[in-house]
Formats: sequence, C-alpha cells, structure tokens
Amino acid sequence: MLTGFLLEFSQALLVLMLAPGLAGFVRWVKARLQNRRGAPIWQPYFELAKLFGKEVVISNNASWLFRVTPYIVFASALAVTFLVPFIAAPLPFDNVGDLLVVVYLLLLGTFFLALAGLDPGTAFGGMGASREMTVAGIAEPTIALSIFSLALGAGSTNLSHIVIATLDNPGVALGPGHLLAFAALFVVTLAETGRLPVDNPSTHLELTMIHEAMILEYSGRYLALIEWASWLKLTIFFSLLANLFIPWGLALTLTPAALAMAVFTLIIKLAVLGVVVAVVETRIAKLRLFRVPELLGMSFVLALLAVTSSFLLK
Amino acid sequence: MMVLFLLMLSSYAFGALCALVFGRGALSRGLSALGAVTGSGAGLTLGVIALVSGDLTRFEQTFPSFLPLTGFALRIDGLGAFFLIIIGLVGGSASLYSYGYSATYEGRYSLRMLGMMLNVLLLSLSIQVLANNALTFLLTWEVMSLSAYWLVLTEHDQPGTVRAANWYLAMTHAGFAALVAMFMLLSGGELTVSFANMRSQAVLLTPLTRDAIFVLALFGFGAKAGIVPLHIWLPLAHPVAPSHVSAVMSGVVIKMGIYGLVRVVLDLLGGGPAWWGGVVIGIGAVSALLGVLYALMEHDLKRLLAYHSVENIGIILIGIGAGLIFQSYGLMTLAALGFIGGLYHTINHASFKGLLFLGAGSVLHATHTRNMEEMGGLIKRMPWTALFFLIGAAAISALPPLNGFASEWLVFQALLGGFNIPTPEVAALMPIAVGMLALTSGLAAACFVKAFGITFLALPRSHEAELAHEAPVSMRIGMAILALACTGLGLAPVAIVPVIGSILNGLGGLPDTHAAFVVDLSIQTPSAFGQMSPALTGLGLAILLALIPLTMWILRVNQRTRMSDSWGCGRVGQTARMEYTATSFAEPLRRVFAELYRPTKELTVDFHPDSKYFVQSIEYKSAITPLFERLLYDPFLRLVQFTARQVRRLQTGSLHLYLVYVTVILIILLLAARWF
Repeated sequence: MLTGFLLEFSQALLVLMLAPGLAGFVRWVKARLQNRRGAPIWQPYFELAKLFGKEVVISNNASWLFRVTPYIVFASALAVTFLVPFIAAPLPFDNVGDLLVVVYLLLLGTFFLALAGLDPGTAFGGMGASREMTVAGIAEPTIALSIFSLALGAGSTNLSHIVIATLDNPGVALGPGHLLAFAALFVVTLAETGRLPVDNPSTHLELTMIHEAMILEYSGRYLALIEWASWLKLTIFFSLLANLFIPWGLALTLTPAALAMAVFTLIIKLAVLGVVVAVVETRIAKLRLFRVPELLGMSFVLALLAVTSSFLLK
Repeated sequence: MMVLFLLMLSSYAFGALCALVFGRGALSRGLSALGAVTGSGAGLTLGVIALVSGDLTRFEQTFPSFLPLTGFALRIDGLGAFFLIIIGLVGGSASLYSYGYSATYEGRYSLRMLGMMLNVLLLSLSIQVLANNALTFLLTWEVMSLSAYWLVLTEHDQPGTVRAANWYLAMTHAGFAALVAMFMLLSGGELTVSFANMRSQAVLLTPLTRDAIFVLALFGFGAKAGIVPLHIWLPLAHPVAPSHVSAVMSGVVIKMGIYGLVRVVLDLLGGGPAWWGGVVIGIGAVSALLGVLYALMEHDLKRLLAYHSVENIGIILIGIGAGLIFQSYGLMTLAALGFIGGLYHTINHASFKGLLFLGAGSVLHATHTRNMEEMGGLIKRMPWTALFFLIGAAAISALPPLNGFASEWLVFQALLGGFNIPTPEVAALMPIAVGMLALTSGLAAACFVKAFGITFLALPRSHEAELAHEAPVSMRIGMAILALACTGLGLAPVAIVPVIGSILNGLGGLPDTHAAFVVDLSIQTPSAFGQMSPALTGLGLAILLALIPLTMWILRVNQRTRMSDSWGCGRVGQTARMEYTATSFAEPLRRVFAELYRPTKELTVDFHPDSKYFVQSIEYKSAITPLFERLLYDPFLRLVQFTARQVRRLQTGSLHLYLVYVTVILIILLLAARWF
C-alpha cells in the first residue's frame, strides 16, 4: 500500500519535473532543424523560475474566477499524472479514474482557461477562448473513438488494463485498429496541446493565436502555473501515445531495476515523439483556422476506421 | 406512507387555494409557495422512503380509492418513487424561488393563475407517476399539459408568448392523441385495467400491435420530451414562461416523456425487438447533436438552455436505447447499465437544468433581458447567482467531479459494451453513437463557456447589466439546493447507481445488478470494463488545490499582485464594445457547421457620397432558421392552411346545403352499418 502511494507520488513528481524539459527539448530540436543554435533544453526551467519571481498584474475587469483558474488548470493536469501509467502498471489509483476521466479532467482545465480568457474582457482573450473551445469540441469525438478502439482490444477502459493487455498480446499493437487509433490520437495530440499545424506555441502574431491569445492577460506566478500545466498536458498526451500503443519498458514489478528501466524508456519514448513533433512542426505550415476542422475530421475518420477494424477482428 | 401522500395532496391543494383566494400580495405568494414547497417535500420524502424501505426492490402500496370518481388507481413502485424524488427536488426549489421571483409580477400579471397553476402542475405530476391505470395516467397527463399551458401564458402581452403557447398546445395534444390510441391498443379498449393486468396481457399481443404501440408511445412521449423533430415547441415555450416554471418544465415536465417511455416500453411491454432500441438510440443521438448545435447559435439565454434540454433528452435516450438493444439480445447486465445511465442522467439533468433556468431567471430578474449580448460583468454584481450558474454550467458540460460527468460516463460505458452484440450491423450503431455523444459533450462545454462567459464575465454590455443586483434570499436558496444536488449526485454515484439498479430490477426482465457494480468508493461497470470514483477524483483535486498555493508559499514564490488595466495594444481605455460577443464566440463553429445552419446574411454598407473609401455605416444581419422548421413544419403548415381553404368551400352558409350534407352522411352511415 505504502509503496503504491510512494510510486504514485514519485511518478507524479517525475512527470512534473520532466514536463518543462520536454518542451525545451522540442524547441531545441526545432531550432536545430531550422539551422538555429536554439536555447538550451533547460530554458523552460529558467522561465518558470523567472515567472515565479515576478509580481502578478491583474486586469481591473477580472473577477475571482481569473485568480482561481491557474490553480484549477494546474491541479487538473497534475491529477491526471496520478492516473496515467507513466513508469509502472498497474497503479494503486487505477480504480479512481479510467481513460474517460483523464480526458474529461483535461477538459475541465480547458473549460476554466477559456472562461478566464473571457474574463478580462479583451478581444484577444475572447478570440482565444472561442477558438480553443471550437478545437476542443471538435477533437472530442476522435478522442472518444480512439478510446473505444483501445478499450475493445483490451476489454477495459482502464489505462493499466489496456497497457497490460497489449503487453500480454503483442500482436494487437501491430493490428490495424491500434495503428489507426494511434494516427488519430496523434493528430488530436497536436490539436489539444496547441502545436502546429493547429496552433503555433511560439507565436505572438495576433491573428493566428489560440492558446497564447487566451492567456494573454496572465503574468507572474499565474502564468508560470498555466505554462507548466500546458507542458504537463503535452507530456501526458505524449506518454499516452507512447505507453498505450508501445507499452514495452513499463515496470510491471516494483523492483529498482525495472523502475530505472521504465524511467529510462519513458524518457527515450518522449524524446522520440518530441523529435517527430519537431519535424512535423518544421515541415508543415500552420493551417488556417477554418481548415482545422478538416484535419480533425480526417482524424475522426481514422478513429472510426480503427473502431471498425477492431470490431471485425474481435 | 399514507400520511405523507395525503400531506402532499393537501399541501398542493392548500397552495392552489391560497393563490386563488388571496390573488396577489406577499401573503398570497408566500402561502402558495409554502403549499408547493411542503407538497414537494412530502413527495420527495415519500419517494425516498419508498426506495429505501423494505428490501429496496419492489415496494408496493395500493392507495384506496378515496376519490368520489371511480376508475382511479394509484400505486407506488421504484420507478414512480424515483420520479417522485425528481419532482420534489426541482419542484421544491423552484417553488421556493418563485416567492422572490414572482414579486416583480405584482400588478402586471395574474399571480392568482401563476400560483394556482404551479401547484396544480406539481400535483398532477406527482399523481401521474403513481398512476396504476391508463385512465389516471391520461387524465393527470392532460391536467399537467393544460396547467403548463396556462403557466406559459403568464406573460401574455410579451411578443411571442401566445404563439409559443399555441405551438405547445398543438404539439402536446398531437402527442396526447397518440397516447390515447396507444393505451387503447395496450389495454384492449378498457382504460381502467390496471398496469399489472396490462403487463400480463401485453405478451399476448401480436408483434404488429406491439410495434404500433411502440411507435405511438415514442411519438406521444417523444412530443412531450422534445425529441427531434418534435422538439419545435420546446425552444419557443420554455423561454417565455416565468423562469421557475421553465425550470419545472425543463427539469420535470419533459422528463415525464422519459418516464412514460420507460414505463410503457420497458415495464408494460417488457422490451421488444432490437430495432426499437435502434430507433431510440438514433433519435437520441440526432436530438443530442442538433440540440447542442442550435444552442450554440442562440443568444437568448433561456432559449439556449431550452435547446440544451433537447440535447440532454437525447443523451438520456441514447442510454435508454442502448439498454433496449442489449435487452433484445438478452445481455441483461449491459441493458441495466444503459437504463441506469439514462435514468441517472434524467435526475442529473433535472437538477442542473433546473439550476440553470433559475440562474437565468435571476439574471433576467436583474437585467430585464434574455439577450446575452446585453449582459456581462454580472459575476461582480451577483456573485451568488454566478457561482451557482457556474456549478450548473460545469455539471451540464460533463466536467468531473460533478453529476453530468457521472451519468455520461455510464452512458459511454454502456455504448462501449456494444461489441457484445452478435449482429454487426446493430453493433456498428454503438461507435457512431459514441462519436456523436462525444461531439455533443465537447460542444456543450463550448456552449457553456459562451453562456457563462458572455453573461457573467468581462464588462457589462448595457446599462441594465451595469445596474444589476443580486437576487433575493428565497431565490438564492432555491438555487443553492439544486447546486448542492448537482454536487452530491456527482460525488456519490456509488450510492445512486445501486438504487437505480434496484428500481429497474424486474422491469422487462432486468436482473438484480447489485453484484455487477462492485461498489467500494469507486463504481465499476459489469465485468470490470471501467472503473472510476468521482468522490476520490474530487478529493484529489481538492487536496491538490490546497497543496499548490501552500507549496508556492513554502518555496517563497513572489506573492505580490498589482491591479491594472487590461492590455489594449497601446490603446488606453477599454470599453465593452471591444469585447467578444456571443455571436463572435460562436462564429468559428457557425462556419464549421455552415452546411447545417445555412445562415442568411444581409450586409448593407452605406458609403460616403463623395468617396467610397469612407464608410458611414455598416449594417449586418444574419439569421438561422432551424432545419426542421424549414423542411418539415413550414410545408406542413402550408398544407394545413391549403386544406382548410379547400374545406371552406363546403361551408357556404346556406342552410339548405347543410341539410343535404346531413342527409347524405346519414344515408352513408346507414349503408355502412348494414354492410359491416
């Protein structure tokens, strides 16, 4: 019991600490691909330290909602890190929430962030909120169908069950259902974490912003929490992609060797996905906002195909 | 039992009489609200006792025929008790709320009618779920419909009210006709046959008759529930009614359609072929999606909520439809899961939609407008209402750990069990329904960001919104009760799912599901397909929310906060006209779904006479006519009008001609009687 809790907390702490590094790594690879030297990988840690040291400036128009939102966003992302098998499966908190709970907890954060975008009453905030909710709403069916496809294979929506089922039956991982669901979820990951071609995380160009526009009024410790939460979200989505579809390396027993191996493979998997995203981001131009639904529609079709093939192979 | 029942009856009667006798003034409002609150409380207690007492499965109590009229029969069972709780919960809060809310009606509208009809409506609802034969059911159904009609008409001089009430009356009576025909078929023409006898007779009916009964029931109950395409009255009638009445109508009255459907199709008919469930799930999915899509385009706060009622009825029907499909294949545990999801969502929707309508009522009370584009900044002027509305908005958006999430999770889980269905073409319905349900819930979240954000946040967009004030205490208590219910129902599915399971135990051959849902702080669906625990999730979130600021304080994070203007790109002085509006918020989605909406646009630009580079004024109009109004109702109305004009030719005013008609008809009838 105690080891279980210890595992949960160390896992959450690990992911919390890794998240800025992952964001920094993606930036660094991108810079290299663009023939720039780029900031060091640990730059996001410095940014957090800087932001936590600065005072907060709040709009006169903002209400209490604006002040609690950073905490809700951060807490909901952090809560998810207790539910996802990052380094070990099964987890003691498995029965607290399944894959649907994970998705809706992240939606909880998005919901409040969008409200906070509207709160100061600026046009940018409203624009960001409107776009973010549009993308989130249209991405939702793809996520649900990918879950459906995975759950069909494993006979459960429980994350650890899915992971263990794939490990027990490796053939599933190469089945068309799994591969299609992976592709669908990859597109959704780009959309949900605000990457190109849906949103550009490094832009402050007014008319293309989604996430950045929404959080434009935030500063200081609040901005630090929100940035950290969005990096956490990136890490969570990457880890879901990595561990649900390619679960090898996860510790099934709680021995130090297995855990060390699990941490090592997690970092490798995240790095590989980071490189893939960096390549995608350097190769693809940002889509016009009104073309984004087409992209998400495509991922929806992929997910539907994934479910259909899972059905046929069941 | 009997005492509570009589207390409920007499309280409602007392409330109605007081309103009738006193007419107006605080005393009348107070006494009629008191009657309704006591009645609701008694009904709620009656329902809870019926569910909790005994073996919790089939509590039965036959009430003696105390009425001077014969043919009435009442009996309480699990399903009735469950709906009695819903009526009590929403009815009680809305009645309490009505005391403060109807104060603004003093001297303008008839408080006599309002107070009396609210009591009559709640009374008829309460008796309806206890009805044990078709006659009692139909009679209370009609009383319910008519009293709701009077309530809708309260603000009769407002534009649109009479039209809305007429639509409502027409649709509800079309449904009523179907219900009468349905019960005639089911009871063999004898409306006083008890439900128990009907149940035993129903298995002997031919499949064709059973199909006809199902279709009639779906039409009749669907018209009340507001399924697409019979929903047309709902977004018209719910917004124009007084807000506490809207809460009762959206929270409870439309749920009677769900009650009737479960009672007739599952309980009396005992389920049917798979296509019944397929039709229900299809209608549910379409209602859910179209409901939320039209809600997104609405800027009338109450009409937006009314469209969300269509959406949520759809979600309930997805659960019930899945249950019917599973039942037809003998997958009883999964069937129970579907029905549990549907019924759980029924009580959840009742509580959060009731809450949202009461919240919208407080906003209307304070700003005298339902147009969201004229609101804004209300979170500072009415903090309690804002908080309650936020809880309702988060609940309806299915955000954990509130109640909307718990029931949508169960519906999702029921659909995910679809791979157990042996027929692939039926099983293929399930992933489609999953996709539509997920899209619905995602868009619902977007819609409630709009509804809450535009209404309560940012700067006030009109003078009225600037002068807004917090709602009186009675209104706030009414909302607080429902906000607590939303939270409680969300945190405790482990307590509620077994209760709903025991209600369903035995209906249509559903088994005792007590063992299938392993209950230990987290809820588990049959064969361990999914587990979750909103209580632990909520606890975890609460702990983290406390830990984060604490850790930041320990790590000596800079805690200083400075207030300043919003960043205006160098421009000083921000006005409300720079804010995003509800229209602009929904614009991306309007473009995405333009094929469905087909908005009409009208752009008039007034140039300066000397140079067209200078624009004097721009006028932009855009409207959306809902699909079904355009394709279904408009042609139908034209057909009716055309027929009426043709028929009018018969009516010449000449008495001689009329006498000829009478003679001809008489001869035809005589001949017909001879031949058949």
